[in-house]
Amino acid sequence: MKYEQARWTDDSEELYEPLLSEKHTREVEVDSDLPDHLTRDSVELPDLSEPELARHYTRLSQMNYGVETGPFPLGSCTMKYNPKFTDDVAGHPKAATHPDRPASTRQGTLELRYHLQDVLGRIGGMDAVTLQPPAGAAGEFTGILVAKAYHQSRGDERSEVVVPDSAHGTNFATAAMAGYDVVTLPGAEDGRVDVEALEAAVSEDTAALMLTNPNTLGLFERDIEAIADLVHDAGGLLYYDGANLNALLGRARPGDMGFDIMHYNVHKTFATPHGGGGPGAGPVGVTDELAAFLPDPHVRETNGGFEEYAPEHSIGKVHGYGGNWLVLVRAYAYIARLGDVGLSDASAKAVLNANYLASQIDYDIPFGPFHHEFVASADEDAADVAKRMLDYGVHPPTTKWPEAVSEALMTEPTEVENRRSLDQLATAFDAVANEDVDTIERAPENTAARRIDQVSAARSPRLSWQALDADEQ
Amino acid sequence: MSSEHTPDGSPFAPHTPSETAAMLDVLGVDSEEDLFDIPEAVRFDGSFDIPARSERDTRRHLETVLSRNEDVVEFLGRGHYDHYVPSLVDAISHRSEFLTSYTQYQPEVAQGFLQALFEYQSMLVELTGLDVANCSMYDAATALGEAATLATRVRSVSGAVVLVPELLHEGRRGTLENYVDGSDLRVESYPMDDGNVDVDALRERMDEDVAMVYAENPTLAGTIEERLADLGDLTDDHDALFCLGTDIVALALLQEPASVGADVVVGEAASLGVGYADGMGMGLFACDESFLRQVPGRLVGASEDSAGMRAYTLTLQTREQHIRRERATSNICTNQAWVALRTAIHAASLGPEGLVDLADDCVTAAAALAERVDDISGMRAPVYDRHHFREFVAHTDQPAAAVASDLADEGFAVHVVGEHRIQLCTTERNDTQRDALVEALEDVA
Repeated sequence: MKYEQARWTDDSEELYEPLLSEKHTREVEVDSDLPDHLTRDSVELPDLSEPELARHYTRLSQMNYGVETGPFPLGSCTMKYNPKFTDDVAGHPKAATHPDRPASTRQGTLELRYHLQDVLGRIGGMDAVTLQPPAGAAGEFTGILVAKAYHQSRGDERSEVVVPDSAHGTNFATAAMAGYDVVTLPGAEDGRVDVEALEAAVSEDTAALMLTNPNTLGLFERDIEAIADLVHDAGGLLYYDGANLNALLGRARPGDMGFDIMHYNVHKTFATPHGGGGPGAGPVGVTDELAAFLPDPHVRETNGGFEEYAPEHSIGKVHGYGGNWLVLVRAYAYIARLGDVGLSDASAKAVLNANYLASQIDYDIPFGPFHHEFVASADEDAADVAKRMLDYGVHPPTTKWPEAVSEALMTEPTEVENRRSLDQLATAFDAVANEDVDTIERAPENTAARRIDQVSAARSPRLSWQALDADEQ
Repeated sequence: MSSEHTPDGSPFAPHTPSETAAMLDVLGVDSEEDLFDIPEAVRFDGSFDIPARSERDTRRHLETVLSRNEDVVEFLGRGHYDHYVPSLVDAISHRSEFLTSYTQYQPEVAQGFLQALFEYQSMLVELTGLDVANCSMYDAATALGEAATLATRVRSVSGAVVLVPELLHEGRRGTLENYVDGSDLRVESYPMDDGNVDVDALRERMDEDVAMVYAENPTLAGTIEERLADLGDLTDDHDALFCLGTDIVALALLQEPASVGADVVVGEAASLGVGYADGMGMGLFACDESFLRQVPGRLVGASEDSAGMRAYTLTLQTREQHIRRERATSNICTNQAWVALRTAIHAASLGPEGLVDLADDCVTAAAALAERVDDISGMRAPVYDRHHFREFVAHTDQPAAAVASDLADEGFAVHVVGEHRIQLCTTERNDTQRDALVEALEDVA
């Protein structure tokens, strides 16, 4: 597969598509009925016609790579195809309402929220689900606050959250944000949780263990029952990071494995668009025992309708309102379209694709059996390998993580690639592996920009066009 | 498989049966189930009882549910606003190169989104007068929470109290309380004077223990603050952070935050680019350059590529969770980047004149509607003798809940904010309904 990304270049030959500010700006004096001392003097912003703007942004879009451009096996991110009909459903005028209108006039919104709470509960094996957290990390934060409130309600002050060394960075940051000391758990030789080390790590101080299953190496934590018993026996709770749920749909549920709390990344598992970094949504499911601690409001069914209420011991708010509503609408639409058979098949094909791709590439893959993703080891610097893969028209895997694999290429093709596409991906992997170091270090060449200097970007940060202007003077 | 058919697998997994069989053959297994390494004891062999549907049936199902939202004319605000979003915003933001991309870990293939975010950051720098803006938080409430935790990391600031206005949206106050739950900070409120900050009471409250003072302009009640510079001085005198909450439209008209001494600006940016979305928002976050290495969230910076051309990249990532783990400035990963793109396109589409005019309309329309409501027998408006932006509180002689309920019967939604107080918010989205609202109020008030 050959790829040339569009590359618009300014006449100066010093920059690609110029900034809006370099095209045309205008300074407008602020003139208002308000007293002068309550207003600003002027505003200077880009001032372009709609055709100019349409062209500006279209060119920018051409210098951007998405799931519809080509394969996007970015490990841990589950870059699925985002079904088009969900755009239309989310864009439905009836979805565009204010949350403070009377409940009797927003029954459609409440009903849809109720259905989504319900189906997510069934998918995860959880008794109650809140939709409020606006992203996965916000879900983690919500879940850990629920755990904290639960322990406190029992007069049980606990100070630690245990996190495996291979966990997502958000787990550590979340636990710290919630005020816990983080106990990092080293992995076992086989890439899974070291049960003996866990036994040594948990204590009456343990508020929770945060676990991803399958873990970031794609491995199922086979000892999950023993792990759950250890944590529960110490009085702690088990938290499931839903980043890898796409591996398990219809085959295993966190609730059945002994997890008390979980978050769902609907932008991963349920195919809502990643939007260049967001918005996502991170609903949180809990067991009956913890349902009373969920955020306010929660939706329940009443006689002939739906209503919002504050759970009895609610932790309160984790978002100004009810989270990323338009993302939740899309997630429900996806689940309602696929149903049991589709969800189960999505996981089957995601796992099939990861295994097939792994079998077709000439890289060492130290850990297995893996599920929806695998972590390959590159002979060269994984970051360089990734840059060269860009030239072949594929988005590279996540690089240099998890650290258990040297020069890691964490690869998650998802279910949306067919065999031909996977074969092309494999060709790109192997082509790069066989290239000389110079070629790899020179890459990428076919992309809009060539290799970008990260060091000077951080050393002398220029974060706005104003900073660029100041720099030039 | 066509969108007309009920799927018997994932319609978005493109494998033909023979292709699946061939791939299984390559792997030497009989079925996909053989690839799952899940102990028997925790296998799920039940059903979710979720039927599969064709695309057409799925749309019908969702549209049927959503259609139970009644047609109501909303005069609602309190932090969540509706402005007309130009078609350009939808058309451009739905280009799949933008919509289906992700965080720009490979900047060489993501220059387009990075540049759009860089432009968004720059517009925020212009509007706030501060040096640094990040490329989004989830919403105004979480941005406020992040500002408070920033206060704990800034060396020039000590103290354990975050002072917030008595009149603060419950979602923002609640979120803030949770964000500081893991720190030594606690949240206390200061009183208001006729809708605005009671600066004298605040001055008396200030001491060594105050880490941050938060104020909003406009306030929750829609009033425009008149003594913000005093707050800037007050917080300076006590080595506290001054965090100003606002929204992106108001920024185009009201006092520039930097000019009144704001150290951090947070607020709602989705009032451009989104409109009503059941509370879905986009948090703006800008601050003084001295806090650069303590900023939460993603930052786009300009650099050069190996061809010597200007290029953009996420930068200062050592602040972030994927590198710094428990010592990160925040746990945020997925943010609201696509909403930031929409906000930027909307702002660019308005241009400076359009944006200032829109903001000015928010002042004149609120004043004009308040005047008309004030003329209604049984009502008084605005309750606060201040200038207003988009919205205002009105007094009702009758119980406010009854007035709102009667209005709902007439097809209007308003906020009830006190026993005898309602709040009305107006923009160009409900301008043709103002006459009808006034008539309805004349009947029910």
